[in-house]
Amino acid sequence: MRNRPLFLKLLSAVIVFGAWEIAGRIPVSYAFPTFLESMSALVTLTLDGTIFTAYAETLKPLVVGLVISSVLGVGLGLWIGLSAKFDWLFSPIFVVMQSAPLAALIPLLVMAYGIGLTSKVFVVCIMAMPVIVLNTSGAVRNTPSSIKEMGRSFLGSDLDIVLKVIIPAASPIIFSGLRLGVSAGFIGAILAELKITPTGVGDIISYSRSIADYPSMYAAIFSIILLAVLFLNLLEKIEHLLFKGNYRGYVSD
Amino acid sequence: MATSQTKKTTGSRVEASVEIAVSARNISKNYGETEALKNLSLDFPRGQLTSLLGPSGCGKTTLLKIIGGLLSADSGEVEVGGQAVTGPGEDRAFVFQDFALLPWASVIRNVAFGLELRGVAKSERESIAEKYINDVGLAGFENSYPHELSGGMRQRVGLARALSVDAQVLLMDEPFSAVDEQTRRKFQEDLLSLVQNENKTFIFVTHSIEEAVYVSDQIAILLPRPSRVSEIIKPSGFRDKGPENIRRDPEYLDIVDKIWASLRSYVE
Amino acid sequence: MKVFGYQLPGMSSLILWGLLWEIVGRVGVTFFIPPLSEVFQTLFAIIGTPAFVKALSETAYAFSMGVFFAIVIGIPVGILMGKSRLLDELLLPWVNIFLSAPLTALVPVLMVLFGFGMKSIIITTSLFAIWIIILNSRAGVMQINRSLVDMANSFGASSWEAFTKIYFWAALPEILGGVRIGVIRAVKGVIIGQLLISIVGFGALFELYSANFMMTHFWAVLIVLFALAFTISEFLAYLESRVAYYAAKR
Repeated sequence: MRNRPLFLKLLSAVIVFGAWEIAGRIPVSYAFPTFLESMSALVTLTLDGTIFTAYAETLKPLVVGLVISSVLGVGLGLWIGLSAKFDWLFSPIFVVMQSAPLAALIPLLVMAYGIGLTSKVFVVCIMAMPVIVLNTSGAVRNTPSSIKEMGRSFLGSDLDIVLKVIIPAASPIIFSGLRLGVSAGFIGAILAELKITPTGVGDIISYSRSIADYPSMYAAIFSIILLAVLFLNLLEKIEHLLFKGNYRGYVSD
Repeated sequence: MATSQTKKTTGSRVEASVEIAVSARNISKNYGETEALKNLSLDFPRGQLTSLLGPSGCGKTTLLKIIGGLLSADSGEVEVGGQAVTGPGEDRAFVFQDFALLPWASVIRNVAFGLELRGVAKSERESIAEKYINDVGLAGFENSYPHELSGGMRQRVGLARALSVDAQVLLMDEPFSAVDEQTRRKFQEDLLSLVQNENKTFIFVTHSIEEAVYVSDQIAILLPRPSRVSEIIKPSGFRDKGPENIRRDPEYLDIVDKIWASLRSYVE
Repeated sequence: MKVFGYQLPGMSSLILWGLLWEIVGRVGVTFFIPPLSEVFQTLFAIIGTPAFVKALSETAYAFSMGVFFAIVIGIPVGILMGKSRLLDELLLPWVNIFLSAPLTALVPVLMVLFGFGMKSIIITTSLFAIWIIILNSRAGVMQINRSLVDMANSFGASSWEAFTKIYFWAALPEILGGVRIGVIRAVKGVIIGQLLISIVGFGALFELYSANFMMTHFWAVLIVLFALAFTISEFLAYLESRVAYYAAKR
């Protein structure tokens, strides 16, 4: 069957959403609305515009934080990857940050920067930055030495080799680092809204929970997960398009 | 020692007319504790192909990279055309074992990359690249990417890139070891005509005895730990008999056997 | 980095950063950064206190239960997905979605469904860890060398034997790789869970310290947490490298 993958994807969605619907009808819990109830709540939220104003609010720290972490993270990563000194100095910090539960810094950020936008941007940054830095520096360090030697033997200057060999060779991994950073940034943005002050989508979630309007709460959560997954999928598609063949083409394949 | 004898017997006939393009003098190189090369001297006649042949770990690639200026020797000196080598230079071009192609660049950009790094204008370097793409038989693949090519075709790109900078000396680091047997034979035949037509000096690293004897004007046998030239062999009798006859020439077979006899004790 | 020909150990720059921290703290640049030495004093003072031990043991309990469920459910599901194409095609989209989805958004749901306590934190931890374990186990089974399977069949292995003697071991490096990443994610999950459900474990301590502006206490707990997380991740990387020797030879 030619459309088997598509068919199975649909079937899988029907099974999961069907199970949700049935579990909601039993109901397994007073706080478990059916799938259809949640979807109609989502339609209501969309039609009265609530969801758009909420996302305008939610995306602000996310976008600002991601822009800052991308620029700073890729810059730092290149620097670390190219210089043994900076590698020694900075790598340990990001290695520790990568394994550490950085969310624990949130109460501190709130104390230092209050409950406004600054704190939320910071949360997004500390979540997104380590993976961006580590991917970038690792990719730069692992540029195949034979193409670097090639650049040198054909008389490339150091700058030539960085710009024309190392950065293009590292860019697929830098890009996937950015994608992972975006994924972590979403976690941070929502965490900030739930923990620091309920604004945007976090506000819909907290508010509808407090008035026991569970369908709206589930709808908001559904929408943010959907948004994140769609956006990350889009990034992955772009990645495949941009770097088609870039992973391959070495002798080992 | 065998070295001087071989030189005298097979070399005297040509030596008078031959000019030395590259000479390595007393090269030593250590990697930490390991002695990779020790006091190694070797001359490479202009317009000829010299193979560096030896068991793995004998430092042949190290020597090639020192000549290429990619590594610096701890002591000793390499001269190319009378000039001491201090780093990579316009007079030498490298062909890499793993091709070292830029996977994100098209064939034409890869071939022109050496010229691009030398600051040659785009239209000029692309017309030069075009010529060599044709020469190596890749016409029509200008806009393909390396991953779309077979291993043999990729190495043709690497070869075209080295030819397009028009260097006097071509340094080839096991260039055919990553391609399949049939492609390799074709490459070897093509290499013979390249040596004949281009009047360039070729330095060719290989671990295949048959390949070395087949393509070389001069074979330097390197023995390991620390690496030294144990013997220089100059096959002379079968070079003019045409590529298809070399492999059954008695001299060819004798030399292959002789080299194997001296190398077999080094195989683990 | 090398200094006078001597190779400096990998993480030694942290000492330099510690010194910088101490100086910044001494100079008094900001109230939020007390000197590192004071933080360590506080650390030794609170490390045996009942409040700290309680927070640590609650966190350890939530963490280990969460990891336990993630492994016990994740590995078999992953192996089954690797073996059955139908199951794989049905489940893979969901695994991929939850792998990258912002799982923090699900914590409020867990809170209303499973209450405001330990159960929700354990489930949060599992949710953070399980997807990468499934995905890696699946990848491990799928990359198994065909000729190993053919070898087992040619010597007449039953499917159970093939499973316990071939599939599991051949996929082990990938499975362990998944467990390692999963455990690192679980550390983050257990803390995020405790922050949002802040009556248990370190979440409660953080609330207490930040409400009273006890900066040295706060940093002391952070250092313990970060050090534990780093140790766990390095230990697992070490275990993985012990198995990697045969992974490289396949």
